[in-house]
Amino acid sequence: MSWETVIGLEVHAQLSTQSKIFSRSSTRFGAAPNTQASVVDMALPGTLPVMNHGAVERAICFGLAVGARVAERSIFARKNYFYPDLPKNYQISQFEHPIVIGGQLKFLLDDQEHVIRLTRAHLEEDAGKSLHEHFTGPHGESSSGIDLNRAGTPLLEIVSEPEMRSAAQAVAYARALHALVVWLGICDGNMQEGSFRVDANVSVRPRGQAEFGTRCEIKNLNSFRFLERAILHEARRQIELIEDGGTVIQETRLYDAELDETRSMRSKEDAHDYRYFPDPDLPPLVLSPEWIAAVRATMPELPASRQARFQAEFGLGAYDAAQLTMHRSTADYFESCAAGLPAGQAKQAANWILGELGAALNRADIGIAESPVPPDALAGLIRRITDGTISNKLAREVFTAMWSGECNGRADDIIAARGLQQITDSGAIETLVDQVLEAHPQIIEEYRAGKDKAFNSLVGQVMKAARGKANPQQVNTLLRQKLGG
Amino acid sequence: MTLPTQYPSIASLGKALRERRISALELATDALQAARNGADPHLFLHIDDDLTRAQARAADALLERGNAGPLTGIPIAHKDLFVTRGWRTTAASRMLADYVSPFDATVVERLEQAGTVSLGKLSCDEFAMGSGNENSAFGALQNPHDPERIPGGSSGGSAAAVAAGLVLGATGTDSGGSVRQPAAYCGVSGIKPTYGTVSRHGVIAYASSLDQAGVLAHSAADLVPLLDTMSGFDERDSTSLESCDGVANAPGRIAAAHDAWRHQFSQAGRQPLAGLRIGVPQEFFGSGLAAEVADAVEAALQVFEALGALRVDISLPLTRLAIPAYYVIAPAEASSNLARFDGVHFGYRAPHYQDLADMIRRSRSEALGPEVRKRILVGTYVLSHGYYDAYYLQAQRVRRMVANDYQQALDEACDIIMGPVTPGVARRRGDHDDDPIADWLGDIYTLGANLVGLPALSIPCGRGGPAARLPIGLQIIGRHFDEGRLLALADCFQQHTDWHQYTPRQTS
Repeated sequence: MSWETVIGLEVHAQLSTQSKIFSRSSTRFGAAPNTQASVVDMALPGTLPVMNHGAVERAICFGLAVGARVAERSIFARKNYFYPDLPKNYQISQFEHPIVIGGQLKFLLDDQEHVIRLTRAHLEEDAGKSLHEHFTGPHGESSSGIDLNRAGTPLLEIVSEPEMRSAAQAVAYARALHALVVWLGICDGNMQEGSFRVDANVSVRPRGQAEFGTRCEIKNLNSFRFLERAILHEARRQIELIEDGGTVIQETRLYDAELDETRSMRSKEDAHDYRYFPDPDLPPLVLSPEWIAAVRATMPELPASRQARFQAEFGLGAYDAAQLTMHRSTADYFESCAAGLPAGQAKQAANWILGELGAALNRADIGIAESPVPPDALAGLIRRITDGTISNKLAREVFTAMWSGECNGRADDIIAARGLQQITDSGAIETLVDQVLEAHPQIIEEYRAGKDKAFNSLVGQVMKAARGKANPQQVNTLLRQKLGG
Repeated sequence: MTLPTQYPSIASLGKALRERRISALELATDALQAARNGADPHLFLHIDDDLTRAQARAADALLERGNAGPLTGIPIAHKDLFVTRGWRTTAASRMLADYVSPFDATVVERLEQAGTVSLGKLSCDEFAMGSGNENSAFGALQNPHDPERIPGGSSGGSAAAVAAGLVLGATGTDSGGSVRQPAAYCGVSGIKPTYGTVSRHGVIAYASSLDQAGVLAHSAADLVPLLDTMSGFDERDSTSLESCDGVANAPGRIAAAHDAWRHQFSQAGRQPLAGLRIGVPQEFFGSGLAAEVADAVEAALQVFEALGALRVDISLPLTRLAIPAYYVIAPAEASSNLARFDGVHFGYRAPHYQDLADMIRRSRSEALGPEVRKRILVGTYVLSHGYYDAYYLQAQRVRRMVANDYQQALDEACDIIMGPVTPGVARRRGDHDDDPIADWLGDIYTLGANLVGLPALSIPCGRGGPAARLPIGLQIIGRHFDEGRLLALADCFQQHTDWHQYTPRQTS
């Protein structure tokens, strides 16, 4: 039998606010345990949550970017369950009335456009972290520790419809979503630090069947590779189970990257009854049209629109435009580089950014925003290529010098200091040609004997004598004149 | 021994302080001694002479410099539901027996800034759950008018401390009548303002949508500066209001409104309350109301009529349904609010346990009292899957309908509502031990104001019980933000009657 995998994703994107969603403590990652936990985060008696408007604005921004309905009124609810890293023993989340409803995400996979609809996105707070090391409890007993630095970190939980049909498609969706939230500046996207975590709901059904199979939820996947492998593994497990006459039970599973398998965490039977109810400490979140409009006004141009504009405005091909709009910082870099170039030369900028610069950034493992060669400097280099001052080959040398900060990274100064200007003075080239011809009579003979390779060898000798700077076109012409004459 | 009786009001004591006829430190020293040697050993849960003296010295410094306000140097005390730096905050629970908060409640902070001198923390029902102060983990309290009887609750310690003459004011909280009922039982004046006018920041939460801080004192005139100082917008409480019908929610609002009403009454000659329509809900006078209470309230209404007010019969048909609605919503919120008391981060942790779940179970079972556990269980049940709609949602619907009834009466029929606070006078301690819901039914007249968020106060209006020694309270409920008018009306009544001057000393 042929099987189809059905996947829906729930993504927890940590919002890039300075302070927590309901308190003023910092959200900075990596601080010493409990140094960023206020009385509110610790849920001390008498404390109350106060909404961080920055988190709300980031949620609005996301809703607008995916074409969703941004609810003019949404409600915070308490999700009640006992867990030691959840100090209130309830999580403030949104349940029946989320802030973002619907929307869709478009992305390319194998040159095909895919559209996945979103169910919703809602605001909620993160929990703390248990430290399973050796601590001592108040009665001298051995005990776990708890770090509440992460407690209260703002999250946007983005829920997709179960519309994905393969692990590759799910990964492409997750990548596109990741790129979008980073593009919007609402999430730093750092997956190692848990800023972007994915839960995958996976089920299988015989191809052609309308009803969904029973799903399992795989929690907390923090890399795209794990997401793909977990889905592949889980789908295979479910298919084998059904083919062996078993039935899938609805449960929450964990992916073990080392063993490359998922295993049961809890089944539906011992699922929590979360006893959701509206949080009486927080009034309904009411968004005025003015507030939404103000957020819209500060939003960056969206990737799809920018891609189209790059094609129309700079004459780029679809592929280059798509590559340049994967990340906002790349697109910004390209645009400021292109601004320093005459019309029609933006294609050169695209080539350099996606080629030489991209490779250098990868080697150095830094982002384009941290590039030691800023966009105006790169434009300066490209101008010297297009006006014939240096060859493309020497431009790479100049770029390397710029990268290492030589002459304050200015192309013109490097070219001058290293004497790399192309020699276009025909008199100077002629002198070089004459010297080479005089020094290599045997090559001339080989040439005369009909060996074409000998001509190239002579060109090479001239270029070598010119230390690469002679205009190759002029060298060719002069040599032919002298030899053929 | 009590506070100097020659200064029976905040105004007179404040004047003596400002004129330096008495110092805040002398007063505090005497008051501390009185509080320690008071008749009821359980009344104060924590007294700390150094902390009190430090506040008294600060008050004296203000008085010395001539920077004193109406409350500078005035001895008060706080219900132990308000968190305080320095003094322990227990909520009268074993769970928090040793708990010291790293911050002050906003109310505590504001009163301290106004120069009040706190004598410490007053007992209450555990986590404010109860109406008799018998649910304190640290001993039941006595009613100063009769030690065999309850002072009421949950702000029973606050009412008893004022009635006993140990302080001139005491903070309280009122989620279903917890300021008004003990005020009535102890013969003092107490007000619960409009929901959202006084910050809940630093008030240990019981039922968040109903909890409202209030205050108790000897008279309406004394309540004015206290409530005025406590109230005002607080950015640390999201349910705190920035404005009240267009008037900024800030100290000064209530005092100004009160003064304006008082002025208006004083200009109106022999009929100061002419034009005032008092709504009297027929449902507040049904079976279950003791005749002596009905008589006292009737007599009070006649006083108001004599002052020119018009009495209007109104109906609040859902009065009885307020009880089940309240006892679904309040426990539901409490079950979630009290979940943090798990022995993990702070508070009591059981000494012996198997694993984490067992530790939490034992810590909660050992440290929370029976009434608290009962309400947590009820609240957990009504929020559970399959019961939520039938209980919690239904209760919210009833709440909205009750609100509509009050709103309609106050919009169309009357300016204020008056009636009894309680069905009877303070009962004997232990009387309801075998009847778990008898006390719940006793809240029938007070719950409405909490469900609707309206301001309501209680003032003494008579006496009943054996030898007519036990106080009876009159309840006045107003429109949202009408605290100033309620206090002015209560003050007007107290200028024409002397029930509020009846103190336990005269009977013992």
